[in-house]
Amino acid sequence: METFLEEVNKKIHGVPLQACYHCRKCSAGCPAASYMEYNPNKVIKMIQNGQKDKLLSSSTIWLCLSCETCITRCPNQVDIARMMDVLRQMAIEEGVAAKEANVLKFHEAFLSSIKFGGRVHEMLMTVHYKLKSGDLFSDADLAPTMLLKGKLALLPPRTRDLKSVRGIFEKTKSK
Amino acid sequence: MKVSYYPGCSLHAMGKEYDQSMKAVSRALNIELKEVDDWSCCGASAAHNTNFDLSIALPARNLIAAEKDAMDVMVPCAACFNRFKMAEHHLKSDKDLKARIEGVLGARYQGGISIRNPIDVIYNEIGIDALAAKVVKPMTGLKPVSYYGCLLLRPPEVCQFENYENPFMLDKMMGALGADVKNWSYKTDCCGGSLSVSKTPIVVAMCDKLMAAAREAGANCVVTACPMCMANLEMRPSPNMKMPVFYFTELISLAMGLPGSKDTFNSHLTDPQPLLNQLRLI
Repeated sequence: METFLEEVNKKIHGVPLQACYHCRKCSAGCPAASYMEYNPNKVIKMIQNGQKDKLLSSSTIWLCLSCETCITRCPNQVDIARMMDVLRQMAIEEGVAAKEANVLKFHEAFLSSIKFGGRVHEMLMTVHYKLKSGDLFSDADLAPTMLLKGKLALLPPRTRDLKSVRGIFEKTKSK
Repeated sequence: MKVSYYPGCSLHAMGKEYDQSMKAVSRALNIELKEVDDWSCCGASAAHNTNFDLSIALPARNLIAAEKDAMDVMVPCAACFNRFKMAEHHLKSDKDLKARIEGVLGARYQGGISIRNPIDVIYNEIGIDALAAKVVKPMTGLKPVSYYGCLLLRPPEVCQFENYENPFMLDKMMGALGADVKNWSYKTDCCGGSLSVSKTPIVVAMCDKLMAAAREAGANCVVTACPMCMANLEMRPSPNMKMPVFYFTELISLAMGLPGSKDTFNSHLTDPQPLLNQLRLI
């Protein structure tokens, strides 16, 4: 049977995580580290220790901002940003509830908007996110301002060949 | 020169000031833009956070569409630029992935065109001297810090943009417009854009830190090339921390005295007009 480490390494498809010698440059440079349960280099250790459940149900994987500072500064080119993508994707595939549920709900609302029109319609996407997250009132004051300033298109933009865009979603669906 | 142009979703909505000023500046600098035919969204953070193949296939659809015109594709939005470069990187380095994505799209990816950001195009193709020669209204009194953020630069071997810990192209460009560019250590720090809506309190703290650092450097405004940074830096800082934020193309347009160059300032969420008025730049 494949270990958790082997599984993650295969999906990262690059430098194996064992190359990390825990210099902690990634954690030192990470702008979200102070909000995370486990720092980026600790995540690598936990993967090596096989602590899959703990990681997939942690807030850490959802608080990573994908700013790519970690991989940029890693002396061994360990792709920590990609590792975080892999862990999030594993959590989704295995049905682990996202500890930062609204982060995932925002991504889902964004992707539905692409599926709907081929391009993102910010107003519909925001309404969709608010309904999913139940976070109805935050930023409510911004909507009228943006409408007045012409920043929110009333009609959703459209890609003509929508079939091709929807086909991408269909064909890349995880099995 | 002539390039393909991929505006992306933001430039037709929240980031419309970038689209308008980009088009005006391109016209004035003889960069002819041909919009990528029937483009679709690049997938942004939402795709790569949740589904790797989707995050490659969405930008690949646009790259293939752009290849039909056989010109380099100019991508102003830093987020779209990053996803385009990331797709190119993976498609060129992983044959199995390339075959899989071509299967999904039912089309071949050639990889023959370059993906370029307008900072690079203006700096390297037009040049700082030519830009300075076109300035009719020097940006005297404007003290910007240049803010590159994450997505133009990282990871460096994918983006291949410029000096990734201390980039300077924007600084030089703003200097050429007559602005008193301030140096600071936060050019490439993250503003928290991807969590702006879903984890707002964290992002407020990040934006406040950036604004405090900009003030400490003696700046009276911030210049960016990213619609995510723009939206975030205009909306999220605490009220007493806010300061005007410009797309670099808006300031080029203003300094070149292009028609309509003042129009885009109206739709900013943090009004830059009091500052520009005070400096007699509008």
